[in-house]
Amino acid sequence: MKLASLLAGAAMVLGLATGAVAQDKTKVGFVYVGPVGDGGWTYEHDKGRQAVEAEFGDKVETVYVENVAEGPDAERVMTQMALNGADLIFTTSFGFMDPTINVAKKFPDVKFEHATGYKTAPNVSVYSARFYEGRAVQGTIAGMMTKSNVIGYIGSYPIPEVIRGINSAYIHAKKVNPDVQFKIVWAFTWFDPAKEADAAKVLIEQGADVILQHTDSTAPQAAAKNAGNVITFGQASDMGEYAPLPRVSSIIDNWAPYYIERTKAVMDGTWETVNTWNGIGKGMVGIGEISSAVPEDVKAKALELKAAIASGEYHPFTGPINKQDGSAWLAEGEVADDGTLAGMNFYVEGIEGEIPQ
Amino acid sequence: MDLSAINPVLLIASLMVAATPLLLAAIGELVVEKAGVLNLGVEGMMIVGAISGFAIAVETGSPWLGFLGAAVGGALLSLLFVLLTQVALANQVASGLSLTLFGLGLSSLMGQRYVGIKPPQMADIHIPGLSDLPVLGPILFGHDLMLYLGVAIIAGVWAVLKYTRAGLILRAVGENHDAAHALGYKVVRIRIAAILFGGACAGLGGAYISLIRVPQWTEGMTAGVGWIALALVVFASWKPWRVLLGAYLFGGVTVVQLNLQAAGVAIPVEYLAMSPYLVTILVLVILSADKSSAPASLGRIFHASN
Repeated sequence: MKLASLLAGAAMVLGLATGAVAQDKTKVGFVYVGPVGDGGWTYEHDKGRQAVEAEFGDKVETVYVENVAEGPDAERVMTQMALNGADLIFTTSFGFMDPTINVAKKFPDVKFEHATGYKTAPNVSVYSARFYEGRAVQGTIAGMMTKSNVIGYIGSYPIPEVIRGINSAYIHAKKVNPDVQFKIVWAFTWFDPAKEADAAKVLIEQGADVILQHTDSTAPQAAAKNAGNVITFGQASDMGEYAPLPRVSSIIDNWAPYYIERTKAVMDGTWETVNTWNGIGKGMVGIGEISSAVPEDVKAKALELKAAIASGEYHPFTGPINKQDGSAWLAEGEVADDGTLAGMNFYVEGIEGEIPQ
Repeated sequence: MDLSAINPVLLIASLMVAATPLLLAAIGELVVEKAGVLNLGVEGMMIVGAISGFAIAVETGSPWLGFLGAAVGGALLSLLFVLLTQVALANQVASGLSLTLFGLGLSSLMGQRYVGIKPPQMADIHIPGLSDLPVLGPILFGHDLMLYLGVAIIAGVWAVLKYTRAGLILRAVGENHDAAHALGYKVVRIRIAAILFGGACAGLGGAYISLIRVPQWTEGMTAGVGWIALALVVFASWKPWRVLLGAYLFGGVTVVQLNLQAAGVAIPVEYLAMSPYLVTILVLVILSADKSSAPASLGRIFHASN
């Protein structure tokens, strides 16, 4: 992985020599954590990049580096992008947060946009989607459809974004099915199809008949399909090739409008640091088609919840909700504030197991 | 915590599946290194094998032809390594690394049309009587044939290296290529054969991931198994059965730790996640206390004029 980006880095240095020609073009860089063909997270970011190209045509040039490891290597890739004349750089994984801040300090004239993080700077914006809204819809479908009452959840890293998803799915599964139990496995990777498939198989062997994933590849879908009688949800991308079973619905990240808007802002010189966090209502989170394998009443209930979230009438984290240790978090009718959600590091009451710290 | 949720039979059965790609890639590399060649391109050959096998299995509908194609694909890519290191006498480390980079790129190019397709399935064997035995049945007699082939290759390599003249010559080439040359053995030809064998095995290992373990094609899906295979060969002191042991340990601990997590065992997940690496290294390092060392000519370039 590192080597792939090393080569890409070397290619960029070569590019530097021939670079400084087309100054009138706005150059937009993308740093990806996985391959563009992962069928999930990175695939959707790359669709956003392509939308930027389609929107602005000759006025924009986009570059991307895939399979960039989270850590020091990311800093090197970003530095080279900036040296190579990028005006705007999107860094699309949580683990790129500190590297983005570090590199941004060195290049005050380059604008940076970091996905799913929380650290901003005069030239660093953060953006994310309220995936937990989609998780609420998934949890509802999962809770109503499970027969074994065991729902398996493949986590990637124990970061707030993932924990929010687990909590939201659990709360809504529990609401429709009080007997539901979550089994959570941490893969400690965003992308490793073999490991993701193993995790899915283990969960299925231990009785789960619904698999929720927060990793980037479609491998858990394939594992579930092989096992039969297991349902899954597309993650980050529709993963529609696994519909109608095992994939019964999905959370789709739609980055294109945001990428176009921000690129335009750089072109117009109106770019400012923002902290964007949009959900179903603004279209940044989409719910993939609920497949024919889902009974009508379940589908209706899920769509009703989706509509309520979209209109702002319902917030997935509405009290009363206790923390895992039983202490009160939200009182009756109280809604979680964004600050707490952004830094969420606890399970809600009823989830078993500990969050790796 | 609910350990009863873990079914030990299913666990052992799935650890064997998890270990097989690693085992295949590592045994191929072992033969290559025994012949005195260090090929760091295992990851590249695996991923090319994964897509070659996948594509051919999908096009022909036969997983067997897929595996054959994977072996050919891996061997073809290793041919590039042959050209670089045996003909052009390039540095083996650099050539191996470039092979991995090239393989990753080539595979994603080849795989463009195969994303999201389900490959034909390879049926698990079923021996009446034996496969139905409780406990032993699912563990020993209920897998796909490739898994047994993997073990058979280990046994074959062990027997050939230990008991046959061909194995002796291969080892001689790896220990001291000048002496082997002086005795009249065709050092380069023997090494080429070893490299091709290594490529074919790595290809099979890759295809095992894309056709059986996952099964689907995703870019970069070997995700570092090739590198683990390389390390495994060293820690296994270039001994075939230790490669098997190491691969099963690694695959085993990987599956066990996922099972423990799912069962909610109160061990911090970080320790569980690092356990496959730690346990495998620890066991093999202890085993390698018998001072078995690397083939003496490993990584050195041979030319008849020297």
